[in-house]
Amino acid sequence: MDFTLTDEQQLIVDTVRRFVAEEVVPLEADLDPDAGELDPDDHARLVAMTREMGFYGFDIPEEFGGPGLDVTTRALMAIEMSQHRAGLYTPCYGTFGGAGLAQLFEATEEQKERYLYPTLRGEKLGCFALTEPSGGSDPGRAIQTRGHQDGDEWVLNGAKLYISGADKADYALVFARTSDDGGATAGRNGVTAFIVETDTPGFNVRRVVHTLRSTRYATEISFDEMRVPAENVLGEVNRGFAIANDRLSRQRIPYAAGCLGVAIKAQEMAIAWAKEREVFGERLAEKQSIQWMLVDNEIDIRHARWCILEAAQAADRNDRFRTEAAMAKLVATEASGRVVDRAMQIHGGLGMTKDLPLERWYRELRIRRVGEGPSEVQRLIMAREILGGSFK
Amino acid sequence: MGGLAIAKPWVPLTAAAAAALPAQLGVYEIADADGTVVRIGYAGGRQPFGLRSALAAEVEAGLGTQFRHEATHGYLTRWEELLMLHRAAHGSLPTGNADRRTPVGRLRPLT
Ligand SMILES: Cc1cc2nc3c(=O)[nH]c(=O)nc-3n(C[C@H](O)[C@H](O)[C@H](O)COP(=O)(O)OP(=O)(O)OC[C@H]3O[C@@H](n4cnc5c(N)ncnc54)[C@H](O)[C@@H]3O)c2cc1C
Repeated sequence: MDFTLTDEQQLIVDTVRRFVAEEVVPLEADLDPDAGELDPDDHARLVAMTREMGFYGFDIPEEFGGPGLDVTTRALMAIEMSQHRAGLYTPCYGTFGGAGLAQLFEATEEQKERYLYPTLRGEKLGCFALTEPSGGSDPGRAIQTRGHQDGDEWVLNGAKLYISGADKADYALVFARTSDDGGATAGRNGVTAFIVETDTPGFNVRRVVHTLRSTRYATEISFDEMRVPAENVLGEVNRGFAIANDRLSRQRIPYAAGCLGVAIKAQEMAIAWAKEREVFGERLAEKQSIQWMLVDNEIDIRHARWCILEAAQAADRNDRFRTEAAMAKLVATEASGRVVDRAMQIHGGLGMTKDLPLERWYRELRIRRVGEGPSEVQRLIMAREILGGSFK
Repeated sequence: MGGLAIAKPWVPLTAAAAAALPAQLGVYEIADADGTVVRIGYAGGRQPFGLRSALAAEVEAGLGTQFRHEATHGYLTRWEELLMLHRAAHGSLPTGNADRRTPVGRLRPLT
């Protein structure tokens, strides 16, 4: 397998790297160490720059006006874009635009006009509401939010937990149980996806959920006799689970790439510090135990990079990439956590402080082993494929 | 924490009271003499002495006469939450937060 970058990919990587170093990192010197937003003027200025570079909306498919980059190139960009303090959850503070919720690519033309295109233009925000108090690892069985049809409308009742951005979103993608005829697939066939405008009566953001992540908090929402027009069903009634699942699979590659970027930056910092700091009359870099930590970091980084690029190349070839994406997510989230942990150890007391971004990455990376499907679920996905569909 | 206002009594906002605060990260509310909240703020990672420095600056600013605080590492989330709770209860942000330039979330807490 050849992971050599093409000339074009190298140029893109170099450009993004320079942008992060010259435009994003200097702004962070004046922001709170936990900040997740730029001053609106700075944000607008950087967006103008990414537009000028032709990278704004880099994740958007070509048919919807994106630059038409392949998954591998986008993964390489994502690895670069996270290499700053807020980079894990807000890579470059969103100044490269977003592709929105990928499920909307399957929407009707009318739904695209109302939700997808304004999102791609940066005019509307969506949130993804799948997880419930009853569980998120196995949503097919856990979903208890109920929807029943009443004339031209659906009436939804229930609750969702840990939903990021629901309080600021213009619309939410809500998954509700609309039939109990799950049969052999135990509930997966009875779930429908709805696009819900967040100002709909009965859509209530009940509380902020405090987590290790200090910005981009999660929320709990409830649906109380919430009426949704039938034209806001996304895809087919009772077939919403496939839509949710498809998104989660695709999302795993950039999710993993963001973690890897942070790990690379932490390793750079650890190497620089180890060469500079002296203990017991020698530089840290001369101590074998420190060298081994740096080597273990390198092994973790290269392992994660291999898995991410392998998954991305499989996606670019239109091969199946479920196992590859699950492995990339699992390896990158766990390896990056270890890398940042070792980098903190090498930095000693300084590594624990808000003077460096390491403690923030440490907290945020811990969430990554649960978010978008916990490590155990990634192993489950891989086990199913390794053992084959016939194994029961 | 969790959907609630700061559960502490109001304390007169003086230089001495600020100086007695712990040098911790956290959030605070400033109120006028009637108890109307005029600013919700936070003491973040750039404050040299956390809440102590932030409240000392509020004494200087002179926006209100009393305050209450809460120490928390999740100061940014908690700050956002307090702003949302205030707006849910009063329909707008405190006057001292009118310069806020990014959107504040919508919350409808269970009463
Ligand atoms: C900060 C944050 C933001 C989030 N944002 C969103 C969002 O925007 N939208 C959304 O829908 N969800 C969101 N989530 C929810 C997230 O996707 C879920 O937390 C995750 O899917 C796990 O679900 P759960 O928490 O209900 O854990 P459960 O499903 O109850 O699982 C608990 C634990 O059981 C273990 N486990 C699970 N399955 C297996 C298995 N097969 N074998 C062995 N062990 C297993 C795992 O260790 C897992 O962590 C967010 C979560 C966090 C923390």
